Amino acid sequence: MKKGATGVVAAVEDTYSADPIARRLRELGFVQGEPVRVVARGPLGGDPLLVQIGYTRFALRKAEAARVSVAVEAAA
Amino acid sequence: MNAVASSLRIALVGNPNCGKTALFNRLTGAHQKVANYAGVTVERKEGRFVAPSGRVLQLLDLPGAYSLDAASPDEAITRDICEGRHPGEPAPDLIVCVADATNLRLHLRFVLELKRLGRPMVLALNMIDAADKRGIRIDTAALESALGMPVVETIAVKQGGAAALVARLDAMPAPSTAPVGAPGGAMLFPPEAKSIAPSGAPTEAEENDLHAQVRALLAATVTMPRATSATDDAIDAVVLHPVAGLAILATVMFLIFQAVFSWAAPLQDAVSAAVAASGAWVGGLLASMPLLQSLVTDGIFAGLGTVLEFLPQILVLFLFILVLEESGYLPRAAFLLDKLMFKAGLTGRSFIPLLSSFACAIPGIMATRSIADPRDRLTTILVAPLMTCSARLPVYTLLIAAFIPRHDVLGVFNLQGVVLFTLYFAGIASALAVAWVIKRLRSDKSDHALIMELPSYRMPNPRDVLWGLWERAKIFLRRVGGILLALTVLLWFLSSFPAPPDGATQPPIDYSFAGHIGKWMAVVFAPIGFNWQICVALIPGLAAREVAVSSLATVYALSAADGADAALGTAIAAQWSLATALSLLAWYVFAPQCMSTLAVIRRETNSWRNVWIAAGYLFGLAYLASFVTYQVARAFA
Repeated sequence: MKKGATGVVAAVEDTYSADPIARRLRELGFVQGEPVRVVARGPLGGDPLLVQIGYTRFALRKAEAARVSVAVEAAA
Repeated sequence: MNAVASSLRIALVGNPNCGKTALFNRLTGAHQKVANYAGVTVERKEGRFVAPSGRVLQLLDLPGAYSLDAASPDEAITRDICEGRHPGEPAPDLIVCVADATNLRLHLRFVLELKRLGRPMVLALNMIDAADKRGIRIDTAALESALGMPVVETIAVKQGGAAALVARLDAMPAPSTAPVGAPGGAMLFPPEAKSIAPSGAPTEAEENDLHAQVRALLAATVTMPRATSATDDAIDAVVLHPVAGLAILATVMFLIFQAVFSWAAPLQDAVSAAVAASGAWVGGLLASMPLLQSLVTDGIFAGLGTVLEFLPQILVLFLFILVLEESGYLPRAAFLLDKLMFKAGLTGRSFIPLLSSFACAIPGIMATRSIADPRDRLTTILVAPLMTCSARLPVYTLLIAAFIPRHDVLGVFNLQGVVLFTLYFAGIASALAVAWVIKRLRSDKSDHALIMELPSYRMPNPRDVLWGLWERAKIFLRRVGGILLALTVLLWFLSSFPAPPDGATQPPIDYSFAGHIGKWMAVVFAPIGFNWQICVALIPGLAAREVAVSSLATVYALSAADGADAALGTAIAAQWSLATALSLLAWYVFAPQCMSTLAVIRRETNSWRNVWIAAGYLFGLAYLASFVTYQVARAFA
């Protein structure tokens, strides 16, 4: 997702079984149907991403964000 | 634990950075550290207060957690206490769940998860003033009936802001059941989060269900004009900008070092003049007792007075650190630097513990408890002593003031400030290098998590900042009056006895115990340019680094021929070569660390091996760096 892009979470996939990172992401609100937005990206290689979910902003590395599949809408 | 059997045991639980500790301080009148980032509180803290009815209520402040499915050591403490599994600690009679009223989408989920524990609960909607300002309206009565628990509004940072909560707690019935929970050894802290998945962890389906409930609750009880604060968006657009953001970060850091030198200087001169004047005055009173006079003027005033001069600098440094902590900027800095730190084998989360280590490595190492990944945590602990702690500042400034001219560089900067910045930078660069080596040596290369919340910005509260400065000043003065005083007197004794033989040609200290020890050590340290006086000062410097300065002051005061009373800076400027001074500066970048730091590493990692690794590599690097510095400087001199 590009900076400023918005979308809706489709799913959070475990990269291996009982993936603690995926579980934590779900706890933080990355669940199906939740709108997300990429607010900013890190200065080096666009990593990490700053993601808005609900009323909260989380910094996620690309590897973490890759677990979240998103249906992208047009950039807002 | 149960001194007051009938009193209610209350635990403050909630998401990170929702204001639990501020509420704890408000209720108990305590002054626990608060700041604006997740993971300030890493230990349970206990306090008590008397409700208006006269009941004594016991309050427990717990580290923030996103869920009971703990991902880091500090979250594990919260989980264990809530579930009544913490050794020696019964489960609380009542959970006060604290939620940030501006961040309910996230925080209500944890409320619902806690509710499943089935314990009596009260929900405190904190920062309700900030929510008001953003136009967020919460129907408390509707929320109360929907959740089936009392809901109160609080403003932890305001006088009387917790009155509604106190009234609610006071009306709670006394616990009916005997406390449950395993008695036994008070194990301070489990080395790592033990299990990743406790039996009660919600499954994916349950998780979706929890979130669905939160959405339904919000829709029914909260109106929110805008998901984020407009101010935050505006500030973040600049501060997190790939180019402007990094430039701002560099400027902020550089400003701090300039300020430490230039703002503190007048205050420092005042302290120094006062110490010198009172030393001369007291010395005059004791003229009839030469031995006591020597102890007081050469030992105590020369030694401790020299250290005392650095109080203004330490306070200026802390002023900046406290304001940054309160503002919410630190997690942004961590965001900007994460990639760099990740490449070096650390994580953006290491940024805050490492920044605290500029004050002192001990709180810095404790703060690593908020790092979830045990590998990242260990690396951060091992490199934390490389951050220049405030105890090293006296050594740096003494040497810089004595040897580095006050030139202007490029018309704006002072050369002394630039050298200081370079020394701090050398510490940071070597920390990154060491972390990188550790990463290379590590066999387990699986994923590391970041997942870090960026909080809303907040105006630093002047009272909290002043309180923080006052606390720092007290710690410093207590050190000066305690361990530094004791070591200084001991060193004076070793430097004054045995008395020189008759017909001695050298100053008396050359014949003393300290003189002998120093000269013996000097054989080892000669290749890096340390004279025997420096060697003498290194030993007490292990107990507390500032002592190195007071020790040098004592040693030189006693070495001075016929009591010619020159300030330490002047004395060393006359006697040391520039190469020696630079070599000592390089030594202190790595500085075989103080005993208390080693003790904290032992406690936090539960391993002597890590202590030996840390002490060994620091000593090795210090010697190597000093050797190179000394030899190169001599070649150019």
